[in-house]
Amino acid sequence: MTRLLITGGTLLDQHGERPGAVAVVDGRISEVAASIEPGDGDDVLDATGCIVSPGFVDLHVHLREPGKEEAETIETGSRAAALGGFTAVVAMPNTDPAHDSVSVVQFVRAQGEAAGLCEVLPSGCITVGRAGEQLAPYGELAAAGVHLFTDDGNGVQDPLLMRHALEYAGPLGVVLAQHCEVAALTKGAVMHEGACCSTLGLPGWPSIAEELMVFRDIELVRLTGVPMHFLHLSTARSVQLVRQAKADGLPITAEAAPHHFTLTDEMLTGYDPLFKVNPPLRTRADIDAIKAGLVDGTIDAIATDHAPHAPHTKEEPLDQAPPGMLGLETALALAITELDMPLAAIVAALSWQPAAIAGVADRHGRPIEVGEPANLTVFDPSLEWSVVPAQFASKSRNSPYGGRTVTGKVRHTVFRGTAVVRDGAATR
Amino acid sequence: MKHLLSISDLTPDQIHHLLELTDHMVEVSSRPIPKVPALRGKNVVSLFFEDSTRTRTSFDTAAKRLSADTMNFAVSSSSVNKGESLRDTIETISAMGVDAFVVRHKSSGAPQMITRWTNASIINAGDGWHQHPTQALLDCYTIRTGLNRRDGFDGLRIAIVGDIKHSRVARSDVQAFAALGAHVTLVAPPTLLPPSIDDWPVDVSHELDPLLPHLDVLYLLRVQRERMDDALLPSLHEYSTMYGLTAARSARLAPHALVMHPGPMNRGVEMVVDPSELPGSVILNQVANGVAVRMAVLFWLLGEGSDLTRSEIAS
Amino acid sequence: MTASAESSSDAARVVLSADDVRRAITRIAHEIVERNHGPASLVLVGLQRGGVWMAEALAEVLAGIDPANPVPVGTLDVSFHRDDVGLRPIVPGSVTDIPVPLDGRTVVLTDDVLFTGRTVRAALEALNDYGRPRAVQLAVMVDRGHRELPIRPDFVGKNLPTSRDEQVAATREGVVIR
Repeated sequence: MTRLLITGGTLLDQHGERPGAVAVVDGRISEVAASIEPGDGDDVLDATGCIVSPGFVDLHVHLREPGKEEAETIETGSRAAALGGFTAVVAMPNTDPAHDSVSVVQFVRAQGEAAGLCEVLPSGCITVGRAGEQLAPYGELAAAGVHLFTDDGNGVQDPLLMRHALEYAGPLGVVLAQHCEVAALTKGAVMHEGACCSTLGLPGWPSIAEELMVFRDIELVRLTGVPMHFLHLSTARSVQLVRQAKADGLPITAEAAPHHFTLTDEMLTGYDPLFKVNPPLRTRADIDAIKAGLVDGTIDAIATDHAPHAPHTKEEPLDQAPPGMLGLETALALAITELDMPLAAIVAALSWQPAAIAGVADRHGRPIEVGEPANLTVFDPSLEWSVVPAQFASKSRNSPYGGRTVTGKVRHTVFRGTAVVRDGAATR
Repeated sequence: MKHLLSISDLTPDQIHHLLELTDHMVEVSSRPIPKVPALRGKNVVSLFFEDSTRTRTSFDTAAKRLSADTMNFAVSSSSVNKGESLRDTIETISAMGVDAFVVRHKSSGAPQMITRWTNASIINAGDGWHQHPTQALLDCYTIRTGLNRRDGFDGLRIAIVGDIKHSRVARSDVQAFAALGAHVTLVAPPTLLPPSIDDWPVDVSHELDPLLPHLDVLYLLRVQRERMDDALLPSLHEYSTMYGLTAARSARLAPHALVMHPGPMNRGVEMVVDPSELPGSVILNQVANGVAVRMAVLFWLLGEGSDLTRSEIAS
Repeated sequence: MTASAESSSDAARVVLSADDVRRAITRIAHEIVERNHGPASLVLVGLQRGGVWMAEALAEVLAGIDPANPVPVGTLDVSFHRDDVGLRPIVPGSVTDIPVPLDGRTVVLTDDVLFTGRTVRAALEALNDYGRPRAVQLAVMVDRGHRELPIRPDFVGKNLPTSRDEQVAATREGVVIR
């Protein structure tokens, strides 16, 4: 068996930072040392000037298969994930059909294994068809390996149903994840409710529509004691509510998407649907609160909400175009560029913290130690590059960052001991 | 200038220039043969994704008085209903040779989006709740002639009353009136105001009656029945009681004050009195001025200075 | 401005003085009366904007010749009839004003400088929209040549050979070439 050597870099994991080299044999780390001399037949990945970290885990990606393969497939999305440094991604359930049956989640998992670029973890629906009316079969789905359940794209509107969902799911040891949006307050909404929407003549998506559901669900967690995860928090008040709930000792986790700490609602001034996303881009004050939440740990994870859409759908008028933007291939760079955080904290929010929420802490986001599964990311934290969506591995092009210069780029990604990304290019 | 998408694209000087150009067009329209060859050979296409016979007819008349060729695409007769995308529609018609599209769309921002896919000038004839710039220009022209204010609106007090939130006319008029120096007050219940307008150049009032004697212009907006469905209003009757122009309210207006409405009117809701009995009503003047203002806009974009536009395209 | 115009320097050359212009107006007014057997049924139409002063000046002289038959004065903006629409901006306030019906009248168009003839062509077309005059005559203060159309003035203040690059200004204050 060929030995894979990662040499010349700086190792960074939950135990700190140190110069070092890693050897990988048969999918596992076989040796970690200050330096390892390459032998004949060793496959060497140069990590000079780079950070070697546990692989990243994205709690929130839309891979569109089955149902919208013209926008993304599990294979193209996995390749985008690998190029972004992710060794595991949680696939959102809003496919067609939705992830509300064992057969669909098995299909998604199998497609991920066939692509072999990262581990694709299917989420499950909270309700059948994400319709908010009838509980999905959590027991069957959990037995099929599903850990995170969500109706993402929709919030669960009915408080009684949400209470029962938590109570029923509790003993199964899974986590329910909420897309926080009180739908009655966002009818027809296109963008953040504020000064910009008033001038642009677009229906507003008020912050309170998110915050009311965050508040409701915090209280349901308090009532039931069952853990819950909040998807893509976007407002300052949401962050504050979660901060208080954590201080109260409630089993709550939260994520934020890169665009919610990078872009404001003023980007919509040109009516470009690339900037339409749900929840919407908000204000500078909200961005600052999201960043503060990441810094103090209120927000556990950076999750991309990678949402591919076929080009023609983003050429509809803003109010008719679907919400969502690509995220996998720019997440690390935006985190390094935009966040005033130590690299170790950024990697924590991209790797072992989301790995724990996704229930894969046994194999992803592991310390770089002998015997651990070799899911590793090697990135250059100071490389400047210009975003060119046409060069993305994703099947879609709906990134709002085209032309933007960012810092930090994935150089190699090692998945189950294999370099699926080598020198910035996918190997399969 | 290549497009007219929003009043905010115009400087006060450009607004003045368009109003002066409108003087010329009023004169042309008054000729025994109200037609000049200025835009001979130009192709003006009306693209109405939302029905509006009066605006479309007004633009059509304006284009014909300038001798432009005109084509009409109504959504009901176009291939949009067959699932053709906005982009394909624009690119297909553009390929026939188009100098200007006059676009009405129910989505805010659609005219701006269309500029990506054609070299033709885009004239916004109303997009969603966003803008209706030629309406604002004709409103300015009507006030300018009605109150003899050729040099601007400094010191004029204008109240815009009604459903501001959903009104592209209000958004355009606020920008245009303020650019010319008027003092604008928006009058509506809070539910019919946009959520955040602190940076608009306006005052806000929830009461009409105290303002009436001080107004130079009372501008009424149409209030639509469907606003009750979203719990924005209790009833049209209550709206009429609080904000409708009744005989008693019109009696409190200053003798010189103008009463305006973009049409179509809701009789018995915002307009309780018969407007033909209002001495200050210039509602029909607004319609008449609409043609001249649209001639001015078409000439400005396609005639006057259009060689500049052509060189911009070439570069 | 072209290079050759610049090389001929900014020095303005006075071709006619204010007195010369006044005398030319008086002469033209008499020629108009003579040609048309009196001022009755005439209408003077000045082309916006350079020809307006000339129409007014001619009307003043004509009023002295026959105070009983004042000649109406109109103005004509040909901007919308030009074949070079887009090459020059509309001048605010220079609106067309035709004070009497033209049917059956003799229109004397006035302009400051006759050059290519394109303005006059546009004017003839614009006049059509106001009725059917019995005749249209053309009076100009300066004919500088370089015609591009078969147009000939009926009354001329001064024939002035020029190069194409030169600029000619003709007002009540005189005629200047630069």
